[in-house]
Amino acid sequence: MASEAHAETLALREQFDTAAQQKDVATLGMWIFLITEVMFFGGMFLAYTVYRSSYPNVFARASSSINVYYGALNTVVLICSSFTMVLAVRGAQLGKRITTIVFLGLTLFLGLVFLGVKAFEWGEKFHEHHVPGPGFHLAGVPPGLQGQAQLFFSLYFAMTGLHALHMVVGAGLVITMMWLTYKGRFTAEYMTPIDITGLYWHFVDIIWIFLFPLLYLVDRHMGK
Amino acid sequence: MIRIELLTPNGHLFSSDTYNKLFTMHGVVMIFFFLIPSIPAVLGNFFLPLMIGARDLAFPRINLLSWYLLVIGGLFAIFAMLAGGVDTGWTFYTPYSTTYSNTWVIATALGIFVAGFSSILTGLNFIVTIHRMRAPGMTWFRMPLFVWAHYATSLIQVLGTPVLAVTLVLIFCERVFHIGIFDPALGGDPVLFQHLFWFYSHPAVYIMILPAMGVISELISVYSRKPIFGYSFVAFSSVAIAVLGFLVWGHHLFVSTQSFFAGMVFSFLSYFVAIPSAIKVFNWTATLYKGSISFETPMLYAFGFIGLFTIGGLTGLFLACLGIDVHVTDTYFVVAHFHYIMVGGAIMGYLGGLHYWWPKMTGRMYPEGWAKLSALVIFLGFNLTFFPQFILGYLGMPRRYHTYPSEFQVLHVLSTAGASVLAVGYIIPVIYFIWSLRYGAVASSNPWGATGLEWRTPSPPPVQNFEKIPVVTHDAYDYSTTIGEVIEVG
Repeated sequence: MASEAHAETLALREQFDTAAQQKDVATLGMWIFLITEVMFFGGMFLAYTVYRSSYPNVFARASSSINVYYGALNTVVLICSSFTMVLAVRGAQLGKRITTIVFLGLTLFLGLVFLGVKAFEWGEKFHEHHVPGPGFHLAGVPPGLQGQAQLFFSLYFAMTGLHALHMVVGAGLVITMMWLTYKGRFTAEYMTPIDITGLYWHFVDIIWIFLFPLLYLVDRHMGK
Repeated sequence: MIRIELLTPNGHLFSSDTYNKLFTMHGVVMIFFFLIPSIPAVLGNFFLPLMIGARDLAFPRINLLSWYLLVIGGLFAIFAMLAGGVDTGWTFYTPYSTTYSNTWVIATALGIFVAGFSSILTGLNFIVTIHRMRAPGMTWFRMPLFVWAHYATSLIQVLGTPVLAVTLVLIFCERVFHIGIFDPALGGDPVLFQHLFWFYSHPAVYIMILPAMGVISELISVYSRKPIFGYSFVAFSSVAIAVLGFLVWGHHLFVSTQSFFAGMVFSFLSYFVAIPSAIKVFNWTATLYKGSISFETPMLYAFGFIGLFTIGGLTGLFLACLGIDVHVTDTYFVVAHFHYIMVGGAIMGYLGGLHYWWPKMTGRMYPEGWAKLSALVIFLGFNLTFFPQFILGYLGMPRRYHTYPSEFQVLHVLSTAGASVLAVGYIIPVIYFIWSLRYGAVASSNPWGATGLEWRTPSPPPVQNFEKIPVVTHDAYDYSTTIGEVIEVG
């Protein structure tokens, strides 16, 4: 099917009546997928809520040990990347190939900066023995409560790790979109994949907007 | 499937370890790889687009992907089974699954994780298809109830399955990295696992039963030649079950350190689920009233469903009641209850639907006499298998043990005998379905004289489902117009 009617299948697949319907369907599908993602992360957020309310003091102490400046930097980086993503989508809507590729590239770059900072931050944790496991130790927490501190870091790594995994997938999508745009596969009428990649990117961004205060700012919230 | 079915009720052949692995695999395979996908994947994928007058689902390629994922997930589970099995029970309760079990928990969990994605994608596909792909004139309240039931099912799949996925990810992390989220030694809470698990797995029960209810609505209407009584009530009761299903997970935790108040609330909410379920049963019965009923095989399954589901549902009320539940928790009473709902409900619906739509899918009729016989055998075998288990459970026989005091033996023997009968009942359809593919009478486009859009196109349907997309002008189940007029359109 792919070879003989390439342009045609891209424009309108056989099960649809109109291009508008096709775009509508794709967008709705993505939104529903994002709902499943909300539920997926929701399980983690629930676990976090339970333990934070069970052990508020240890969580505040553990939270204050992670570097809020890395988190803040990454928040700024991600918000900027959402902005460049919007500009890329706009470029695609107007059918400007070069603009689209440039802004997709910028988005990709910012995404990689985020992952770089994250990797650096995780590396520091290894040196400070903050990675859950036999060697775990957090200064300022009594020996009996080390386990609770370890819980915080378990959640920290699980949540930021899954988020980073989503970022990696997002980066892959952006690269694919750059390639397809370069090949001239999109027009001002048909740019649904870019639109949808944008939705995904913003979603991953928003997850971080929740993770940042929950993980990095607990201590500041606890009445200093 | 039948082999495991036969083995589990047996008592003395295996060591307790083997027994643990057997019932775990029975549960995992049946629930995650048969009951959850059976009706949506087989009947839903085929008929949902036909029934709303679409050429295909919204995302055919995602549909194919979800099929591959299910197969891959199944391969993981089979690998785990061959490599040595899992002994945690299908519920994977922590800390046993994370700390103590030395069996293939990860492989099995991975299999379920992958199959879960398949389930999510199917649900997503159905929701989008129902929202955006309906034929002209096919309004929401002209949709067949089968479609409504699948809509509700898809909602659960989309909202519930991700929570199971993240729970399995946490189990995985816990086993591999010992992160301690469910480990009390570190301050973690094993009961949290139960909450997360049942948040998915109770609604999952409705993933299994709702499509079957949709099938039954179709069957009852066709074979009594009447529109479904209280159509919109039945449609909304599906959605109500989906919503309420998310609010009752706590009734699995009555004996797991849950506070008394929480127990009361969950108990109360669990009673609520009975309301939409009862609406369905009463409306089906009301549909039968003064209908011209004919007893073809699918209708026999529909009657079987109503009877068994009613028993299963009513015993569910016993379990929702705090006082009684504490007495029968983890006994055969629970086992019998969920087999009545799942096997008696979901499999009856599946078989009924399969017989009903078999001519449409294959273009061949199945042999009616044999089919009626096997429907009867299944019904009898089923009751013989599981009814004694209610009594066993009430007398205190705990589930998941392979030995028992000798006074329970008579009932156990009855149950095992029933399982053998049931197995025969399942083998007969397999044989005659295969036979009918080659030798069955050729089916017309509408052998039952039904009204649905799927009967307006040739059997089996062409690649794009319809030669020309139909325009819908009547409500679903409108038997007031002459049947002949409806058929000619295709």
